[in-house]
Amino acid sequence: MHNQDFPVIFEYSQEGRVGYSLPELDVPEVDIELDDAYVRKNDADLPEVSELQIMRHYTALSKRNHGVDSGFYPLGSCTMKYNPKINEDIARMSGFSHVHPLQRTESSQGALELMYDLQTHLEEITGMHQVTLQPAAGAHGEWTGLMMIRAFHEKNGDYNRTKVIVPDSAHGTNPASATVAGFEAVTVKSNENGLVDLEDLKRVVDDQTAALMLTNPNTLGLFEEHILEMASIVHEAGGRLYYDGANLNAIMGYARPGDMGFDVVHLNLHKTFTGPHGGGGPGSGPVGVSEELAPYLPKPILTKKDDQFVFDGDRPDSIGRVKPYYGNFGINVRAYTYIRTMGPEGLRQVSEFAVVNANYMMRELQKEFDLPFTQHCKHEFVLSGKRQKKLGVRTLDMAKRLLDFGYHPPTIYFPLNVEEAMMVEPTETESKETLDAFIEAMRQISAEAEENPEIVQEAPHTTVVSRMDETTAARKPVLRYEKQLEE
Amino acid sequence: MTYRYLPMTEQDKNAMLDSIGVQSSEELFQDIPEKVRFRGELNIKKALSEPELVREMSRLANRNVNTKDYTSFLGAGVYDHYIPSIVDHVISRSEFYTAYTPYQPEISQGELQAIFEFQTMISELTGMDIANSSMYDGGTALAEAVNLSAGQTKKKKIIVSKTVHPQSREVIHSYAKGPNLEVVEIDEKDGVTDLEAVKREIDEDTASVVIQYPNFYGQIEPLAEVQDIISQQKKTMFIVSSNPLSLGYLTPPGEFGADIVVGDAQVFGIPAQFGGPHCGYFATTKKLMRKVPGRLVGQTKDEEGRRGFVLTLQAREQHIRRDKATSNICSNQALNALASSVALSALGKQGLKEMAYQNMQKARYAYAKLQEANIPVKYHGPFFNELVVQFSDSVTSINEKLEEKGFIGGFDLETVDENMKGAMLIAVTELRTKDEIDRFVQELGDVYA
Repeated sequence: MHNQDFPVIFEYSQEGRVGYSLPELDVPEVDIELDDAYVRKNDADLPEVSELQIMRHYTALSKRNHGVDSGFYPLGSCTMKYNPKINEDIARMSGFSHVHPLQRTESSQGALELMYDLQTHLEEITGMHQVTLQPAAGAHGEWTGLMMIRAFHEKNGDYNRTKVIVPDSAHGTNPASATVAGFEAVTVKSNENGLVDLEDLKRVVDDQTAALMLTNPNTLGLFEEHILEMASIVHEAGGRLYYDGANLNAIMGYARPGDMGFDVVHLNLHKTFTGPHGGGGPGSGPVGVSEELAPYLPKPILTKKDDQFVFDGDRPDSIGRVKPYYGNFGINVRAYTYIRTMGPEGLRQVSEFAVVNANYMMRELQKEFDLPFTQHCKHEFVLSGKRQKKLGVRTLDMAKRLLDFGYHPPTIYFPLNVEEAMMVEPTETESKETLDAFIEAMRQISAEAEENPEIVQEAPHTTVVSRMDETTAARKPVLRYEKQLEE
Repeated sequence: MTYRYLPMTEQDKNAMLDSIGVQSSEELFQDIPEKVRFRGELNIKKALSEPELVREMSRLANRNVNTKDYTSFLGAGVYDHYIPSIVDHVISRSEFYTAYTPYQPEISQGELQAIFEFQTMISELTGMDIANSSMYDGGTALAEAVNLSAGQTKKKKIIVSKTVHPQSREVIHSYAKGPNLEVVEIDEKDGVTDLEAVKREIDEDTASVVIQYPNFYGQIEPLAEVQDIISQQKKTMFIVSSNPLSLGYLTPPGEFGADIVVGDAQVFGIPAQFGGPHCGYFATTKKLMRKVPGRLVGQTKDEEGRRGFVLTLQAREQHIRRDKATSNICSNQALNALASSVALSALGKQGLKEMAYQNMQKARYAYAKLQEANIPVKYHGPFFNELVVQFSDSVTSINEKLEEKGFIGGFDLETVDENMKGAMLIAVTELRTKDEIDRFVQELGDVYA
C-alpha cells in the first residue's frame, strides 16, 4: 500500500470487532437439518469494524465526492438541479418507506392514490393518454416503449418493421435499447443547424421503419422545429414516434410531446422531477403512450374502480411485466412531492428559467469558445473546444482544470457530432451569481490556454488524486479488493 | 408567486435577457412551432406550501399499513430486516445522494471507492470472481443474466424453474422477447425444482438453466445436483438467483459452478418502500468480465502512484458502444448499493452469519409451532426463512382478519398459481420475536379451526 493511499474499509478490519446489534436468539435453538455440502465453510470476508469506524470511513469518502450540494454541476443532459430536502423527509415516512408491495391493496390505498395521481399529473404534463410508473430508469423506459411499439406492429401483422431510427446526436441508450428490443438501429444525420436532416430522414424511413427515437429539444439543446413534418414522414410510412424525455426540463408548460405527435414518451424522474441522482441511481423512468398503444402497456396497470385503486393484470395485449412490483416507488414519491410543490405555474417557470440561464451562459461563453450552432438554445448548449485544441489544450484538459475551481465539468465529448464537445446544462436552480462565477472561470481557463497552457494540460492541481491511469485499469482489471495483493 | 427552488429575480432576469439580446423570455421559445405551443396553464394541482405539503403527504402515508406499526410475516422477495441506524446517516450525506455517475474520478473517489467495496462484498458473498456496481433489482438482473447467456452461447433455449420468483419469471419472459428466446418452465416437485424434468428438457440448444436458491417457497435447491446435470452439456450456463442474506449460512453458488449469480441486496439496509428502489446485484466469473451489463469500478493509480478508482471496461457500455453494447442499462442503483455496503460493514463477518442463523432458527421455531397447532406445512425439505402453510380458506380473507389483530399475513400463493388455493407463504426474519411468532400461530390456529 502506497503510504498516501486512502484506506478501503477492509483495511480497518480487526478480528472480533462489530458494528451491529441484534437481539439474543429468544427461541429454542434446534439442529439445522441440512446436507453438509450446503453449509458454508469459508466465511464471506466482510470487514470487522466498529460503528464509529464505519461512520468516519464513509464521511471521509463523502468528502472525496462532489454533489450538487457541494457546488455547481452543469453536466449536460443530466439535469443536475437541486434535490429538495422535503422530498427526502417525505420518502422516509413509515407509510411510504416501510410498506410491502404485496400487502393487501386495501391496506395500500395511500401509496396507490399517490401513484395514480402522479400518473395523472405526468399525463397532463406530457399530453399523453396513459402513463405507467413501472420502468426503473430512463433506459428501462426506452426499452419498454420500444417493446410496446414492436407489439403494436406485430399485432397488426407487421413483422417486417425491424428498424429503429436514431439521430447521430442521440444518447447511447437509444441505439442500445433498440438492439435489446430486437431492432436494428439506423442513424439519421443532423444538418448544419444541428437539427435532424429532413432529407436524410426521408431517405432512411421506409416500410421497415418501426420507430423514430427523438429527444426534443435534442441533445444539442436545440428544438427540432420541424417536428410536425418529421412526425408525418414517420407516421405516413407506418412507423411510430418515440420521445426520449431526458430534456423535458426545457419545455414544461410550453409544449407537450403528445401534441407534437409522439406516440410513446419516457421521462427521467431523477432529472426533471428532482429524484436525486444517488451517485448513479436509482432513477425512475415512467412511460406514457397514446390511446392506440395503451393496450400494450406493461402489466399490471393501476386503475380506479369506484373509490378503490386497484391493479389490473388482465391485459391480453400487454408486453408483460418489465419489473417486479410497480417501479421505483421511493423515487416516484419524491417526484410527486416536487410536482405538488411547484404546481402548474411553478413548473412553467422551471422551464422558463432553465432556458434563460442556458442562453445567458451560452451568449457569454461564445466570446471565448466556439459555438457550432448559434440559434437560441433551450435548457442546455454545446460548445466546441476546437479553438483551444489548436493551442494544444483539449476539452478534457479544460474539464480537469474546472475541478480546480470547485466545479463539476460539463458533459464532454458528447454529443458525438461536435468536435471536442462541452455540453453545459446550468438548470433553473442556479443563481446568476453562480453562473457569472462559472463564466469567469471558463474565461480564465481560455486565457490560460493561450498564455500558460501547461497549467490546464496538467490539471487538476487541487483534487485528492490526480488523473488516473485508466488504460491500466482496463488492461489489468482489479474489480475487488484482494488482501494478498496488498501485503 | 415565488418558489424556494428558483433564485431568479425579476432584476436578474432582465439583466440576463438584456445580455442575451432579447426583450422577453418568450422570444427564446419562438422556435417551437405555434401549432405545438401549449397555451394556457397545465391542468394539474396548484402548488402547496411546505406545511400544506407535509399534511397532504402524511394523509397519504397514513393510509398505508406499514411494518413499523404492524408485525409482518410477509416476504416473497421483499423482507423486513434489521437496518442499522448508521445506514440512513451515511446515505443522507448529500455528497453521495446529489452526485451522479462518477465520470470525473478526481472528484468522485468517494462514490467510486464505495462501489468498489460493494463489488468486493458481493463477490465475497456469492463466491464469484467479480460483481458489477448494481442493477435495478433482482428480477431485472436475472433477466439480463438470461440474455447474456443467450448472447454468449449463441443458443436460444432458456430453462427456468417454476420455483423462481413468479414476478422475476414474468420479467424474464418480457426480456426474452427482444432476442426471441424460448423460455421453458420446469414444474416444482415437493417445493423444489423437478430435476428429472430438467434432465428431459436440457439439450445442446440450451443457453442456461435458471435456479433460485433458496427458492421462492423458501426451500434450499440442491445446486450440486443441478450442477451435475448442467455439466453434461458443453456450453449451457448455470444461473442462480440468490437471497444474499442466506449466503451467510449456505454454501455460495460460486462453489457449485454457477456462471452468473444475481439477486437483490434489499435484505441489507434497504426498506421495502412498496417494491422499490431496491438493489440488484450481478456477480460472475472472470471469463465473462467483458460481457457484464452495467458499470464496473476498477482499481488503478494516479500520476503520483496513489491508489484510486475509475469506471472501467466501459467499451461494454451503451455510451461508448451504442447499439453493440452488452446492455442498455445506464442509471443503476448506486445509492442503494451504498446502503447495502454500509449495512454489510456494520454486520461484518460475524453479524452476517448471526443474522442468517437467526432467520433459520426463528423460521424453524415457527415451523414447529405450526405443527403443534396442527396447521399443515406444505413442504418439508431444508429451508431458509420461509415456509408454505396450507389452509382451506382463501388466504386473502385470512389476511384481512390478521390485519385486525395487528399482523401483516403471508403471501397468497393463489394469486400466482391457481393450484395453490389456500396456500400462504410465510417469512420469519430475525426481527420477529418468540412472542410475535406465538401470537401469530395462535391467530392462524383460530382461523384454521
